[in-house]
Amino acid sequence: MWDYTDKVMEHFHNPRNQGKITEKQEGEEIVTGQVGSIACGDALKLHLKIDEASQTIKDARFQTFGCASAIASSSALTELLKGRKVEEALTLTNKEIAESLGGLPEEKMHCSVMGQEALEAAIYTYKGIPLDTHEEDEGNIICRCFAITDTKIKRIIRENNLTTAEQVTNYVKAGGGCSSCLPDIDDLLAEITTEKEKSVEVATEVWTNSNSPVTESAPTTKPLTNLQKITLIQRVIDEEIRPVLAEDGGDMELFDVEGDVVKVILKGACSGCASSTETLKIAIEATLKDRVLPTLTVESV
Amino acid sequence: MNNCIYLDNNATTKIDEDVLAAMLPYLSTYYGNPSSMHTFGGQVGRAVREARSQVASLLGAEDSEIIFTSCGTEGDNAAILAALKAQPNKKHIITTEVEHPAILNLCRKLERDGYTVTYLSVNNKGQIDFNELEASLTGNTAVVSVMYANNETGVIFPIEQIGQLVKEYGALFHVDAVQAVGKIPLDMKTSTIDLLTLSGHKIHAPKGIGALYVRKGVRFRPLLIGGHQERGRRGGTENVAGIVALGKAAELAEQHLMGIGWEKMLRDKLEQGILNTIPNTVINGDPTNRLPNTTNIGFKYIEGEAILLSLDQYGICASSGSACTSGSLEPSHVLRALGLPYSVLHGSIRFSLSRFTTETEIDRVLEILPGIIDRLRSLSPFNSDDADWLKEQEEAVLAR
Repeated sequence: MWDYTDKVMEHFHNPRNQGKITEKQEGEEIVTGQVGSIACGDALKLHLKIDEASQTIKDARFQTFGCASAIASSSALTELLKGRKVEEALTLTNKEIAESLGGLPEEKMHCSVMGQEALEAAIYTYKGIPLDTHEEDEGNIICRCFAITDTKIKRIIRENNLTTAEQVTNYVKAGGGCSSCLPDIDDLLAEITTEKEKSVEVATEVWTNSNSPVTESAPTTKPLTNLQKITLIQRVIDEEIRPVLAEDGGDMELFDVEGDVVKVILKGACSGCASSTETLKIAIEATLKDRVLPTLTVESV
Repeated sequence: MNNCIYLDNNATTKIDEDVLAAMLPYLSTYYGNPSSMHTFGGQVGRAVREARSQVASLLGAEDSEIIFTSCGTEGDNAAILAALKAQPNKKHIITTEVEHPAILNLCRKLERDGYTVTYLSVNNKGQIDFNELEASLTGNTAVVSVMYANNETGVIFPIEQIGQLVKEYGALFHVDAVQAVGKIPLDMKTSTIDLLTLSGHKIHAPKGIGALYVRKGVRFRPLLIGGHQERGRRGGTENVAGIVALGKAAELAEQHLMGIGWEKMLRDKLEQGILNTIPNTVINGDPTNRLPNTTNIGFKYIEGEAILLSLDQYGICASSGSACTSGSLEPSHVLRALGLPYSVLHGSIRFSLSRFTTETEIDRVLEILPGIIDRLRSLSPFNSDDADWLKEQEEAVLAR
């Protein structure tokens, strides 16, 4: 028997917000995200009511076909969503869903992943992003039994810091059918480990270089004019940051500066990789803070 | 949780009080070793001999044809490996897709060791195709291993017909009868079976004891090599208390075979009650050739684990072949082999009765179950008004 927390059992026996949303007021929109299938043994339809003006989720309801933890995860998800801004909701991870239930058995983590995916599907629908061009469906199918792509497997590995193929199976089912894709999952894990090591290396280099006196322009006591600030930022990026990134096949571009927010575009090997993006953003930010202004923050767009 | 309604007797059974009473002295007073050359040990040896006769009697076998084992898995392994060792030139094994893992995983291991294994398929009733069996049999076939009755669906194979065919090709015939013993009358004197496995805890004896029937004349080499116990066919000091318990359980099972109709009546009442009160339910497997105590019912559109945990709230114990209960991600290999649609597969529940099941218990289940199914279906996205998604999905499955 599974070792479910009391919270899981409580949500299973008394699920919150089950059913569909049928009524809406002026200025509200109802969207649905659906994932899973009857063949896989679990499926979820998540319904959201969104207030257009405030971009806030007013109501969330679910319909779930699945085991106790799938039902509990769906119920917990709807509780987490109510009152959230749409943009905020999009950042919700499967981990948060599991944590809100006091944890799930590892073999059942895929139930929380299903919740996160339904949420994403609902919000994509709301934003009019066609689901069939969703990047996760674009990758190569790794697990044929459950039709799971490398893109998806990699994202889950990164987000949950997974280290073994067995964990990947527990989180997204990949490898849990005929198991013939387990070696491929091992390869993806190895790829991400290398990637992580690399981005740490790059970040360290950026950090080290930024502390060596390449440019003479130290932070000034006199407030910089907007033009001076942008010029200086551009110069530090061109002279100190881009050469380091280039060594690893990456690149970046200054997109805009709004007040103290520096908007950058990551390119080449830097883009499309959640964990390295984050690490790089921190490294770039640290360099700019040190060389230009300590109040600067960096946003990748 | 002592007053549960226990309908999971194919998983394990309650130890009969008379069985417990019979075995207890061998855990306290009579602790002697049956091999010892003194009266104290000798009286224990007598108890083991009596138990052997009781088991032999249940099977219609001779005492010397019974080897005590530790469990069904040991019996299955010992039987197959002995059959292969007895015919070192034959490298082919035939079994079915719906066997217990004790057979299936052993066969997969033997394939890696160079043997060829044929896994016979089953139809939607869970029955094998005799043409496929006959086409698979060759002079190279060492052993055919087929279960008497399936643990999940209760489907009974036509064992003697299969055995006739097996004998024509000169192969040994092993039958895993763990689920059949005590539920179907067996008589080895008139049977084609060469080797038969049984397990104690499925017939109201404790866990940790089983037996293997080996027909006189079959060359049997032991799995456990050691002392002279079991006529040198299974080394290791006897599990005396377990053996005595198995003997008593076999005696009681033989008596109870006469009353098995009552169990069947209760099973039918449960099954009909469910089919009559809950829509979209189906019986899985051959409804005719089936163990009298077992029913496997598919509740469409919902998932088995959710049903089990809901039943558990009322102290009702059953089991499911759904993916979520097993920890594996695929639903049971048995139900898949039957080719059931996914809408049924994931929501299949097995109820298995015993001689201790009462009519009041069955009535209670019939009272509670409709509400549980109704609640879970109201949570499911696959009910009639959302049939589009379901249809889309079932078509996608077929296309794959």
